[in-house]
Amino acid sequence: MGVGIQVEKLNAWFGKTQALRDINITMAANHCTAVIGPSGCGKSTFVRCLNRMHETIPEAHATGRVRIGDLDVYNGTSATSIRRRIGMVFQKPNPFPTMSIYDNVAAGLKLNGFRDRKQLDEIVERSLKLSALWEEVKDTLKKKSGASLSGGQQQRLCIARALAVQPEVLLMDEPCSALDPISTGKIEELIFQLKEHFTIVIVTHNMQQASRVAEFTGFFLLGELIEFDKTEKIFTTPSDKRTEDYITGRFG
Amino acid sequence: MPDTTTLPAATLPPISLRRTVTNAMATGCAVGAVVLVLAPLGAIFGYLVYKGIGSINWAFLTETPKPVGEAGGGMANAIAGTGLILLIASIAGVPIGIGAGIYLAEYGRNRFGDLVRFTADVLNGVPSIVIGIVAYAIVVLTQKHFSALAGGVALAIMMIPTITRATEEMLLLVPNMVREAAYGLGVSRWRTTLSITLRTATSGVITGVMLAFARVAGETAPLLFTAFGNQFWNWRLNQPTAALSLQIFNYAISPFDEWHRQAWAGALILIVLIVGAVSAVRIAASRGTLKGAN
Repeated sequence: MGVGIQVEKLNAWFGKTQALRDINITMAANHCTAVIGPSGCGKSTFVRCLNRMHETIPEAHATGRVRIGDLDVYNGTSATSIRRRIGMVFQKPNPFPTMSIYDNVAAGLKLNGFRDRKQLDEIVERSLKLSALWEEVKDTLKKKSGASLSGGQQQRLCIARALAVQPEVLLMDEPCSALDPISTGKIEELIFQLKEHFTIVIVTHNMQQASRVAEFTGFFLLGELIEFDKTEKIFTTPSDKRTEDYITGRFG
Repeated sequence: MPDTTTLPAATLPPISLRRTVTNAMATGCAVGAVVLVLAPLGAIFGYLVYKGIGSINWAFLTETPKPVGEAGGGMANAIAGTGLILLIASIAGVPIGIGAGIYLAEYGRNRFGDLVRFTADVLNGVPSIVIGIVAYAIVVLTQKHFSALAGGVALAIMMIPTITRATEEMLLLVPNMVREAAYGLGVSRWRTTLSITLRTATSGVITGVMLAFARVAGETAPLLFTAFGNQFWNWRLNQPTAALSLQIFNYAISPFDEWHRQAWAGALILIVLIVGAVSAVRIAASRGTLKGAN
C-alpha cells in the first residue's frame, strides 16, 4: 500500500548554490503527483531529496523534514534503508548491463541478502507483470541481458526492478523523456494501474503527460514551489501569474 | 510542406580524383601500420619455431637439465618454476592491484588518490632490475635464501601498477547511472562497487590483469637474485627455484651449442605458455556473458 508524503522546509544545495528553497508540500497516498517546471528549476533535485539520492552527489546536501508514511527520512534512519522503501525510476533507462533480465529485476533483493529462490521467482514474475513486460520477456528471462531490450522495454524493466523491492512510494524522474510515443503511452497506462499499490511522484517536462497521469501537480520555478494544487486547477485556473505564463507557453 | 520544386537541385560535384587518391592512401597507411605492428610479432614467433621446435621433445618437457657435456635433459623444472612464481605473483599482485584501482576510481578523488596515482605511474617506470633488488632486500635478505617467494614478490610489485591503473580506467568507464540504479534500490556503496560497478567492468579489468601477467611472465632481471634458478625440481616456496626466463638467459650466454638450442626451445615454450594462459582466461571469462550484454 502507498503512504503519504509530507515535506517541510526542505532546502537543498550543490556546494554553495542553493537548488531548493523552503519547499513545503503534502502528497496524498495512492495518488500520482506531478512535478513540472522549466529546466534547472529543481524538480529532479526535489524528488532526489525524497529518497536521499541527492546526497550521493559530491558536495551536495539537504536540510529539512521529509516524512514518508511513518518514516522520518532525514532523521535517524540510514539512507540505504530508506531507499529500500522508496523505488526510483530514472530519466534514462539504466538496467545493469551485465545482468540477465531476471537478475536485473531480482537485483534489489539479491544484493540486500534475500536468498529464497522460490519466492524470488514469484516476485520477479509479479513485478514484470505489474510493469507490463512479462509477456515480452518470459521466454528469455535468464538468457538475455537487460541491455539487449529496446529503450521502452528497458524502462519497464527498470520499473519492475524498482517494484520488486516492494516500495511504498515510487519516484519517477522524467521516465519517458528518452522514449517514443508508443512506449510513453505504455508507461503512462502503467502509472495508472500502479497508483492502486503505490504513491507516485513523477517529474515531467511534458505538461500533457502531467495532466493525463497526475491528480495533483506542483509547479517549480528557480528552486521554489510556486503553486501546488489539483492538476485540473493548475492547468485551467492557476492562481499564480507565473504558473499561468509557464503552462500557456509564454516562457520556459 | 515547402515546395521542393523551387529549391535548386543539389548538384554535388563528382568525386574528384584527388579525393579518391587521398582515400586510398589513408587506407593504405592504416593497413601498413597494422602490418608494421604484426610483422615483428610474426617474425619473432616464426624464428622461435624455426630455431626451437627441433629441440622440443618429451624429455625436454619432463626432465631436468643434464650436466654440461651430457646430451638430452630438459626444462621441466623451469616450466614448473615459472608457473609457481607467476602463481605467487598473481595471488599477491592481482587483489592488491584491483583493490587499489577500485579505491582510485570510487573513492580517490582527493589528494591521497592523486598521490597513489602518481606513485603507480612512477612504479610502472622503475627498471625491473631495480625491483629485483628491492625484493632481494626485503625477502631474500630477511629469509637468508633465494626463493620462489622472493621471485613472486618481485613480479607482483611489477604487476600492481599496471593492474591498478587499468582497473581504475575501466571502472571510470562504467556510467554513473548504473551506480545510481543500485543506490536507488537501497544497495550500500561497497556492495554497489563490488557487485555492480566491478562486475560491469569485468572484461576490461581482466584485460588489464592479463596484460600485466603477460608482461611479467617473461621477465628475467627481477628473478636473477630473487628466484635465482635451480638445476633441480623445487616446490618449496623458500628455496631457489628455476624459471624459464632464467634458464633461457643462462643457456643463451653459455658456450655450448646444445644449450643454445635448448634456450631457443625454452623461449618458444615460454611464448606458447603465455599465449595459452591469456587465451584460456579470456575464454573462461567470456563464457558467462549473456546475449546482448555490452
